[in-house]
Amino acid sequence: MKEFKILAVVAFFTLVTYWGVEPFAHSQMHKHVEGNNFAYDGKADVEESAMAIEAAKNIENPAKKAAVIDKATKKLAEKKAFWADVNAISKIKGNAASGEALFASCMGCHNGSGVNMGGVIPPSLDHAGSLYDKKYLIALLKDPAIASNVDHKYENTMMHPMGTVKTMVTTPQQIADVVEFIKTKKVGKLEPKQAFLEACARCHADRYGNITQLGEMPKFKTEKEALEYKIKVLAEQDAIKAYMGKLPPDLSIISRARSEHFIKTFIENPQSQLPGTSMPRVGLTKEGFEKVYTYLEETGDPSKDARHALGPWVILFFVVFTILAYLWKKSQWKDLH
Amino acid sequence: MAHFDKKAKPFSHQWLNDRLAVDTVKKVLSTEYWIPKNINFLWAMGMILAATFGLLLVSGIFLLMYYKPDTKLAFDSVNYTIMTEVGYGWLWRHIHGVAASVVFLIIYIHMFTGIYYGSYKKGREMIWLSGMLLFVVFSAEAFSGYMLPWGQMSYWAGMVITNLFSLGSLDIQAIVEWIRGDYVPGDAFLTRFFMLHVLLLPLVILALIVFHFATLRIPHVNNQDGEEIDFEESAKLYKEGNKKESKVIPFNPVFLSKDIFVMGIYFVLFFYLVFYHFEFAMDPVNFDPADGLKTPVHIYPEWYFLWSYEILRPFSKDIGLIAFGFAQVAFFLLPFLDKSPVVAPANRRGLFKFWFWIMLVDMIVLTIMGKLPPEGAWNIIGLVAALTFIVLFAVLPFITKFEKKA
Amino acid sequence: MSSRRDFMGMALGGFAALGGIAALYAAKRTWDPLPSVSAAGFTTIDLSAAKENELAVEKWRGKPIFILKKSSSMPKSDRDIEVGGNRYLVAIGLCTHLGCVPAYLPSDYMFKCACHGGEFDAAGINTFGPPPSPLVIPPFKINGNSIVLGEEGPEYKKMKDAGLTA
Repeated sequence: MKEFKILAVVAFFTLVTYWGVEPFAHSQMHKHVEGNNFAYDGKADVEESAMAIEAAKNIENPAKKAAVIDKATKKLAEKKAFWADVNAISKIKGNAASGEALFASCMGCHNGSGVNMGGVIPPSLDHAGSLYDKKYLIALLKDPAIASNVDHKYENTMMHPMGTVKTMVTTPQQIADVVEFIKTKKVGKLEPKQAFLEACARCHADRYGNITQLGEMPKFKTEKEALEYKIKVLAEQDAIKAYMGKLPPDLSIISRARSEHFIKTFIENPQSQLPGTSMPRVGLTKEGFEKVYTYLEETGDPSKDARHALGPWVILFFVVFTILAYLWKKSQWKDLH
Repeated sequence: MAHFDKKAKPFSHQWLNDRLAVDTVKKVLSTEYWIPKNINFLWAMGMILAATFGLLLVSGIFLLMYYKPDTKLAFDSVNYTIMTEVGYGWLWRHIHGVAASVVFLIIYIHMFTGIYYGSYKKGREMIWLSGMLLFVVFSAEAFSGYMLPWGQMSYWAGMVITNLFSLGSLDIQAIVEWIRGDYVPGDAFLTRFFMLHVLLLPLVILALIVFHFATLRIPHVNNQDGEEIDFEESAKLYKEGNKKESKVIPFNPVFLSKDIFVMGIYFVLFFYLVFYHFEFAMDPVNFDPADGLKTPVHIYPEWYFLWSYEILRPFSKDIGLIAFGFAQVAFFLLPFLDKSPVVAPANRRGLFKFWFWIMLVDMIVLTIMGKLPPEGAWNIIGLVAALTFIVLFAVLPFITKFEKKA
Repeated sequence: MSSRRDFMGMALGGFAALGGIAALYAAKRTWDPLPSVSAAGFTTIDLSAAKENELAVEKWRGKPIFILKKSSSMPKSDRDIEVGGNRYLVAIGLCTHLGCVPAYLPSDYMFKCACHGGEFDAAGINTFGPPPSPLVIPPFKINGNSIVLGEEGPEYKKMKDAGLTA
């Protein structure tokens, strides 16, 4: 029938246009990053270092080129050795009891006092065993800067706010012990909001969820109280700004501003999506990420459930409407031809 | 002094007829407003546009109840208050956003239907021109509405588009600052575009819709074969009951019954998009709050502006601006550039057939290129497509002049 | 033919009207007070700070709330609210005539409205002038030494059932 042919032509050109401005355009605008399924084995880091050597080969000035290549080659060797060590330590059986004794020294900073130390407030470790990956924790205790893949920011890991951990937990066995303690004792059922507070909120606010860099915002009785709190938040933000270079964005509706795939691969390894970013890798487990993402969706797209509940009914309404309209049209047109 | 039936009861049919001529109005606008029978579903696009405008108006009213036109409050009033607090606020916003995008798809289908069937000439010039005016005002309405959530795309679109008014290398910053009421898009800018979006432009659109309908009444709607119909004779046949022989149908209820059926199918698709596939109409980047110190990595207009944006982009500043200006008015000139008296589907019109399909494909190529990053091969394809667009309009008078009469 | 046409046209119109009603429901919900506004409809007031025969004015749902702690010499009323062994008048401080805020005259144990001269006694009962009814007692719930306005506690329900609240 002629009308179907016309419809096919209209649909064809519409779909080509849609394909061009949506899937195709986005595939050209954003590079695709494969995630590593929340396994922290240094694969991406070694690849990044290898690519840095390749990139250095394009430098024109021969002296500079040689120096950069030399530095990048050393970096590659360092990363390879580091992650090989991490993999080796992960095979050592840890002792949770001796780990607990060592963990006491962590509490010097991770004590919930809300005091900024060297740039950020050390996060609570109450659910660290559920939130963070085992190999990542090993790497973090061994060298926080390399583990979080921000070593480009530090000449020396001792400059990192958590650098002193290298003097507290020194042997592979000690590292294995502390990680064993965290992975067995610092675990528990985690609400999405708590996951966000522990893993993200020391840098990122979520104002739609009433969260600032100081944690959950209390209720205020007077304007003075509110302003006093606000000044504290601003001071904390300044400290973070000084440490990170810029204030990390509020994440209230990040789940609508970025795709789930982007957020997933970005959290897993920020450098993969934004080379040079000062955001550290935080080493979330798959489960930890899912909790955090659930929270991001709760504040970013709270009407999702309502939308999915109402959608089928509205569409069904118009399907029935169309059938009735077709019958009416048929009755109106039956004498015309 | 007209004759009034003194015995007529107030508000009775006779009473109203004496005062408002309701029977005549009904005949002229509805039951004896004759539409050709030889039409297809593309003739329903006008009513679909009217319905979509209705959806925009209704959803807009509810958004207006909670929106705050202030650079400090706008973003959260949309993304927090409307999206999370207001009962069904998310529904109104999704309807508004999706309708604003889809309305342009329907406008383009409506336009290309007119071009394909030659419905812009031989007495129908005013229909075409009033429709093009509507297109321009709809564009302004869409642009001003895009400012309101005050996200990154709002801000930077506002920055770039208002900069166009510095008129290239004349570089008249005073005009730009006058439009913005500030050196950069700020509070004054947001508030005045809010005014344009919710009051002035909708008023103009409503007036133009009435005018567009009025321009149709005398020349009548075209039909699938461009056939010249004797409407009076056909109407007589229809009224006498010879509906099969008559070439016309009344607007109400016969034409409308088909319109509403097509509208039903459209609404199924439309609400599917509203509930399950709205991202194309609500750009993710606009969920980042406006930041005057950081341009987004990729910046592009909404899809319906891409073709004219791409005509601007491949050229140097001044030539680009002139090409862009040309693109805005080119379609207005169509009835006067087409020198052929033939009103028929493009496929039966010699060279014009090629003109039509090349134009359609060229606009789609421009649209796709307009969103891609301006690099490498995309630039060359964009340039060729932009030149093709200009050349097509330049050759139109010549290819239509020598068109054989059908 | 015409009956079938009418039937289909009316069926379609009726069905479309159903959709319209559903849309009206959504519109009604949009007009409802926001959750943050409703949540703000509950205000906790600590009564322990109140002083005898001295009017304190608090704010609840945008309206003034009169809190008057009664001394032992002030007459008892079944509109009194007992909290921690003390008697209080808790009422919306708007004259029931046309909504002005009456002033309290401590020496006379009475309220006087400046707008049209209406008077209320210390129990909030209208005693003179145009006010048609006593000062309204808002829904309350006693919680230790505080009352929560906006919630209906058992004491409020009892007063309401006895017709004492308005």
